[in-house]
Amino acid sequence: MDSTVANAGTEEKTWGGGNQPLKASYGKMMMWFFIVSDALTFSGFLAAYGFSRFKFIKEWPIADEVFTHVPFLHGQELPMIYVAFMTFILIMSSVTMVLAVDAGHHMNKAKVTLYMFLTIIGGAIFVGSQAWEWATFIQGDYGAVQTKGGNILQFGEYVNVDGEEKFKRISIDEFAVPIADVRVEHERKNGLWFREEASLPPYTVNEIYTGLAANDNILVRTQIINEEGEKTVLSREESLRQIKDNGKLVVKGANLHVNEYGTALFADFFFFITGFHGFHVFSGVVINIIIFFNVILGTYERRGSYEMVEKVGLYWHFVDLVWVFVFTFFYLV
Amino acid sequence: MAHEHKLEIFRGLWKFKSNTQKIWGVLAFLTLVTAVEVILGIYKPEGLMEPWMTPFEGGFFATLMNIIFSAFIYMKPLNLIFIILTIVKAYYITWDFMHMRDETKALRRMVVWTGVFLICYLIFILLQEGGYVFEVYNAEDAIIKRDF
Repeated sequence: MDSTVANAGTEEKTWGGGNQPLKASYGKMMMWFFIVSDALTFSGFLAAYGFSRFKFIKEWPIADEVFTHVPFLHGQELPMIYVAFMTFILIMSSVTMVLAVDAGHHMNKAKVTLYMFLTIIGGAIFVGSQAWEWATFIQGDYGAVQTKGGNILQFGEYVNVDGEEKFKRISIDEFAVPIADVRVEHERKNGLWFREEASLPPYTVNEIYTGLAANDNILVRTQIINEEGEKTVLSREESLRQIKDNGKLVVKGANLHVNEYGTALFADFFFFITGFHGFHVFSGVVINIIIFFNVILGTYERRGSYEMVEKVGLYWHFVDLVWVFVFTFFYLV
Repeated sequence: MAHEHKLEIFRGLWKFKSNTQKIWGVLAFLTLVTAVEVILGIYKPEGLMEPWMTPFEGGFFATLMNIIFSAFIYMKPLNLIFIILTIVKAYYITWDFMHMRDETKALRRMVVWTGVFLICYLIFILLQEGGYVFEVYNAEDAIIKRDF
């Protein structure tokens, strides 16, 4: 890289820059400093998540009940399994990356190419998994009713599982009674052409209430976490009263405004933090692809050093490192 | 360019013949830690769901002890275990995958101490504040009503 650096002719002297106390190249050091600042950004987000969670500590959604889906295993409740798989994929791609760096140290072009390729594949699988996770989260599964105060009321019944009374969620699709309604979604073609409206909820609160009144077994569950660390289930009369008096909006799935799993902030932070991390993974994959082609073209072979692979490797490991923390604070704790 | 790697982890308890072997060894360890986390997360053992200590009552020294032992008094042991395991994982990713183990002491401290100090500060401020806002909303004499 000598050709790209202007020399003053005093390099060998200490004050001319001849002293390298950190024994690291400029690029590598700057990558480390970038990582420190990016780590602060992420810890800012995660600490803000902690702030909101402490603020609503008695009613925060329980992650195990939110992320229960695994692709191709429809209808089964398998908390954590898929995220654990995603974590493993990312750690695995970190391993192939470090193997690529190691092969680079031995100037082994074929191996660097292979391991870089595997790293890119791992990153792509991770981003794809995250997209699937988002889609599932946005689509929602059971649906809920939002109260005037913005709280979420969910539905379910007690069932006997192996001699133990367990609260099992019921989807609003199963008991809501459709009532012919005059309210039609406002579209450009049937109303004012210059105005639009967001799509209407699948049911009205009245339809939910009628369905709830008709099914004696269904109870309402609030956001409040009780002594046993579970969400409070209301009595039958209280359930009916809550929906009748406080029910305002039927919610299915989650977006930045409403969230059927609980506090809307939970969805906001989920989108923001995993989105920001996913964007890092995506840009990591793009950078990896660029380096991959450079390796194939023999750029680093001619340069005589595969340090560029090492630098992009540092970034890639950092993305893995962040995921380890996101995994803990979003899915475990 | 000479690339010497320190080929041992766990303070020399586990030695490796080559860097490649060390990478696989670290992977095995990280996978084990993740598996432990997932199993604990799914089964949630009863004994780990309640804090191990109750808060000290009394004056200044009780408060001091509550601060010193806060991790055992106010946190579920399960969550404490998760956080410790996460930091262990972070350590091995940084030290062995990012080769922090092979960097000079000065670079290592520049990156790690700066980050750790600022992150601890950030977490303290925000969690303290979050707890305070919770108190304002939920105390006996709270005058703010948001749950209706």
